[in-house]
Amino acid sequence: MKIDLSGNTKIATRDSYGNALVEIGKEHPELVVLDADLAGATKTSTFKKAFPERHIDCGIAEADMMGIAAGLATCGKVPFASSFAMFAAGRAYEQVRNSIAHTGLNVKVAATHAGISVGEDGATHQCVEDLALMRVIPKMTVLSPADDVEARAAIWAAFRHDGPVYIRLGRLAVPVIYDEAEYKFEIGKGIVLREGTDLTIIATGLEVYESLMAAEKLAEEGISAEVINIHTIKPLDEELIAKSAAKTGKVVTVEEHSLIGGLYGAVCESLAKNAPTKVLGIGVEDRYGKSGSAKALIKEFGLDAEGIYNKIKAFI
Amino acid sequence: MDNKKLELTANEVRKGIVSAVHAAKAGHPGGSLSSADILTYLYFEEMKNIDPADPKRPDRDRFVLSKGHAAPVLYSTLAERGYFPKEDLLTLRRIDSYLQGHPDMEKVPGVDMSTGSLGQGFSTAVGMALAGKMDGADYRVYAVMGDGEIQEGQIWEAAMFAGSRKLDNLVAIVDNNGLQIDGKISDVCDPNPIDKKFEAFNFHVIHADAHDFDSIRKAFDEARATKGMPSAIIAKSVKGKGVSYMENNAGWHGKAPSDEEYQQAMSELEMK
Repeated sequence: MKIDLSGNTKIATRDSYGNALVEIGKEHPELVVLDADLAGATKTSTFKKAFPERHIDCGIAEADMMGIAAGLATCGKVPFASSFAMFAAGRAYEQVRNSIAHTGLNVKVAATHAGISVGEDGATHQCVEDLALMRVIPKMTVLSPADDVEARAAIWAAFRHDGPVYIRLGRLAVPVIYDEAEYKFEIGKGIVLREGTDLTIIATGLEVYESLMAAEKLAEEGISAEVINIHTIKPLDEELIAKSAAKTGKVVTVEEHSLIGGLYGAVCESLAKNAPTKVLGIGVEDRYGKSGSAKALIKEFGLDAEGIYNKIKAFI
Repeated sequence: MDNKKLELTANEVRKGIVSAVHAAKAGHPGGSLSSADILTYLYFEEMKNIDPADPKRPDRDRFVLSKGHAAPVLYSTLAERGYFPKEDLLTLRRIDSYLQGHPDMEKVPGVDMSTGSLGQGFSTAVGMALAGKMDGADYRVYAVMGDGEIQEGQIWEAAMFAGSRKLDNLVAIVDNNGLQIDGKISDVCDPNPIDKKFEAFNFHVIHADAHDFDSIRKAFDEARATKGMPSAIIAKSVKGKGVSYMENNAGWHGKAPSDEEYQQAMSELEMK
């Protein structure tokens, strides 16, 4: 698989979201998009420009937005409800749980501004708990794409999937690593981006690129890291993870999310059952984010390639 | 259906409620009995294109029991209307029954939305009404909520949206029995004046007697004739209506009658 590590093209996955919505909207009149007064930031404004009659701004009322989306779904619409991760997964948690997921309704919750890479807005707006919150809900599918190509494919896959889906998207422009022509997205299937024998790095979201860069650095020292992109947190590709863990005997997870309940939690739960392995979790410790530029925060939290490299060196 | 027939039907619905809650040894009889006449009117007179043989007919009017704990009244009304056998009411809340403690749209034919967590059902009804408007469809959407339930902030988020969007295919019905689990709504956290609140949210407000079919008919006719804004019917009701010892008693919010109490309730209802 062709992977571009140049970092020459950067696109935020929230932009991918807005663009994918327009693509889907052209073919599917049943697509409707809801927002809670953040259309400019979530990029549903892109869809609004193309299809104003199918864009529903619910005002600053996320709980109500989730209920409206559920009601629309019972009438044959395919609603994408959008807000920041903090408010979609956090504030409206119980509406997502009871009105959308328990009912099994065909609603997609697309949450932008996930993680500390929100940047300057600081802790109140930096949701590092959303994967944990959404993953624990029965019937929910949880997606966490790594770049623009994968994000657009994930939005399409979510649209085609019958049932509730949570999609984690970011504010920060991140390197496009995939080649669109050969990329294939399948819900629940992890992607081996680099084969290795000494350890397995399992990453999600923007940490996929950082992990690949860390693996490059490790390779210079003769350390062979396998890198797996887990774009679907639930259902988790347990088979692929167990196979790689059995091969390398050492696993590292990398995520821009709390170390409690997210990718680290999911991988550990799976390995404990299928292939007990020592696992190093790299993510946000049990703490809140803070203000600062996204780049500076990622560095300070040890989630850039260098931070990942250092932690792996200490681990192996 | 004339008033006499509606009254007899509502009485059957009440018997079903009492029997189901008695059999389950748990459930919510008070708020079920207070909305029995409203649901009877909706399912036997008001709602169009509903069909027990085709519960998901796309052009049907929709109903959301936002006060989902009153599941027994919804189940009893649906059973009376022919959606499923009346004897199934006696399986309410049992481990092998499809009649869950709160309505489940995936399990019960005729239930248009799963509810139970207060405040959420009304938003989903607003979503259904919005879908109808977007599609130029003729169906109408009805949501019954409790007067305690409207303490939930989400109700007012939904009301603001419905008023703002002028959803005149939506009717909010407040079962105004004045009681909630912890006592009088006016003592716990007073939501009054309810009418002025809905007016302020750009609803056409109608007052009705929840146990008088002339009044109920007039209210729904007025709502249907109202264009350019949603309607809210404030239906003054008696919690536990029809069973003497349950009436106006918050203690019967979520409690089942004993065998003796059950016999008394059924004999009172038989006499009607």
